[in-house]
Amino acid sequence: MNWGDILTGTLRASVGEQAIIYALAAIGLNIHFGYTGLLNFGQIGFMAVGAYGVAISIHTWGWSFWAGLAFGIFGAIVLALLLGLPTLRLRADYLAIVTIAASEIFRRLMGATKFRETTGGADGLSGYNGRFRELNFIPDGEYGFGPWRYNSGELWELVVGWTLVFLAVGLTFLLIRSPWGRVIKAIREDEDAARALGKNAYWYKMQSLVLGGVIGAVGGMFWALAQANVSANNFNPEPTFFAYVALILGGTARIWGPVVGSMIFWAIITFTNEALRSGIRADYVPDWLMDRTQVGTVRLMLVGVALILLVIFRPQGIFGDKREIALEAR
Amino acid sequence: MSDSGAAAAATTTSSAGPAGFTKVDLDPFEAVPEQPGAAKPDPILAADSVSRHFGGLAAVDVDHLEVQRGVITALIGPNGAGKTTFFNLLTGFDRSDGGTWAFEGTKINGMAPHAVARLGMVRTFQLTKALARMSVIDNMKLGATGQVGESFVPALFRGYWGRQEKAIEERAEELLSHFNLTHMRDTFAGELSGGQRKLLEMARALMTEPRLIMLDEPMAGVNPALAETIVRHVAGLRDQGLSVLFVEHDMDVVREISDWVVVMGEGRIIAEGRHSSIVTNPHVIDAYLGMHHGAPLSRDEEDQVLAEAEAVIEAEKGEA
Repeated sequence: MNWGDILTGTLRASVGEQAIIYALAAIGLNIHFGYTGLLNFGQIGFMAVGAYGVAISIHTWGWSFWAGLAFGIFGAIVLALLLGLPTLRLRADYLAIVTIAASEIFRRLMGATKFRETTGGADGLSGYNGRFRELNFIPDGEYGFGPWRYNSGELWELVVGWTLVFLAVGLTFLLIRSPWGRVIKAIREDEDAARALGKNAYWYKMQSLVLGGVIGAVGGMFWALAQANVSANNFNPEPTFFAYVALILGGTARIWGPVVGSMIFWAIITFTNEALRSGIRADYVPDWLMDRTQVGTVRLMLVGVALILLVIFRPQGIFGDKREIALEAR
Repeated sequence: MSDSGAAAAATTTSSAGPAGFTKVDLDPFEAVPEQPGAAKPDPILAADSVSRHFGGLAAVDVDHLEVQRGVITALIGPNGAGKTTFFNLLTGFDRSDGGTWAFEGTKINGMAPHAVARLGMVRTFQLTKALARMSVIDNMKLGATGQVGESFVPALFRGYWGRQEKAIEERAEELLSHFNLTHMRDTFAGELSGGQRKLLEMARALMTEPRLIMLDEPMAGVNPALAETIVRHVAGLRDQGLSVLFVEHDMDVVREISDWVVVMGEGRIIAEGRHSSIVTNPHVIDAYLGMHHGAPLSRDEEDQVLAEAEAVIEAEKGEA
């Protein structure tokens, strides 16, 4: 077993593309769930709208890069309004049902053969990110140190991605310290109390849904640009729950919780993955127990076990406050 | 009209001290007949034909009610009389099946709860709604209305709302010290005792600068010492010129601080008047004691009920 490679892979993954995408998705969920108490089980829907918004407008319709970005955000706003208008007056559960259903509907539509000419059908779309690559101002060469060595293209992605993450974190920080943040936290605690004090809870929930959805869509747009293709299969419901895991791991309703949670989540995923593969290759793991094709499943089982242990021993996550969790139980 | 009742009302208001001098001299209920739906000289809230049905049950069916400005009005009645439902309807938390009501002349039936609160008619809840995972001071600051920083874009820039926030914080701290909660300023509201939560909810409601405050059982589930404090605070609200409408079960409390009592039974208003006349009103006695549930029984009645129950048990034993 080559522990050096395993460690390098783990450290790279903790700041990699996936960590960025899930950090953005989880920052959005933090605004929804952590601060406002909205149960959005379809964050992947917002990511898909962002990703396809960019890909379709640039590739299929021939729009410019910037117009494509604007379209992706516009799509997320429209989706949030569509989901919010009928459900935000109802109990929290209804939003959960509608968001997960809507994300599945969108995925099926994008993968449908009928819309092949626009969406690329099951094959998806690619070849729309030329402008994104052109904008790279980093000269060719190798950058970084230790395990974190990147070429110009990789570094460009990471710079753009982490800039977006920091912008989203900054935005969250500014909003949460403000009276606006106080209102949405009050809505999380007790909507009727907020209403009784003259706050239009419906309107604030809508703002929160749009904001968190747009941040999720930005994550989806970054995904589309970094991976250079979109495919409907990538937008199944699973990533939403990974983003929730990242959020809870880092600590809900904490500014940095989703970011650090996402970094650790991808470190764990990569570590278990590489360690298992390496262990099988070196015959440390007997064949009757598992073979290489089962690694993908077993690592998720291990992540599940880790999550259970986390909930038992540190329910507040990494940054959370244990007192708050105790209050929640009342 | 009962003279002793008038005297009682006058003495309670006179405790206001120099600030309340206008009220000491004038009894606003002097010419008001003690009957359901009586017109008041200066109503802050007036409701007509308010109804709410749950299936076949008329939970609320109020023909006419006026709530006088600047006094404490108690809303009493046995369990299930529709007091809380009536509160919910008036404040927009429940949708009525019909009726109109107006606050200071503005029609507010059909208005959303937050809009009602912004007009200056604010309520508290029977089950206290402390915002558990927010600090006491944040609970208070939330109450202030017209905050610039509550809009999305200005929220991003402290320059827009920093000064207002400071003023709000000062007012919040004043109220906290008035309600003896200063030492709890930075603790989570969820860590307060039941009584402290009641105080916090009342103080928070005052942050909205209401003209009518509606308290749903402000003394429920509070230890007697703290209940006494709450009673004093409620009386203090009136002395500051606020109008108070409150739901309460404890008749001692009602006698102590209310200037006017409205009695509900089975969704209707069955009596109105000063405390002294209410306790002797046959409709009220019927509503409370005739129903034998939710109302306190006298010792004799308790013994009688017990004896009847024992007799039934004995009879069943004999059959077996």
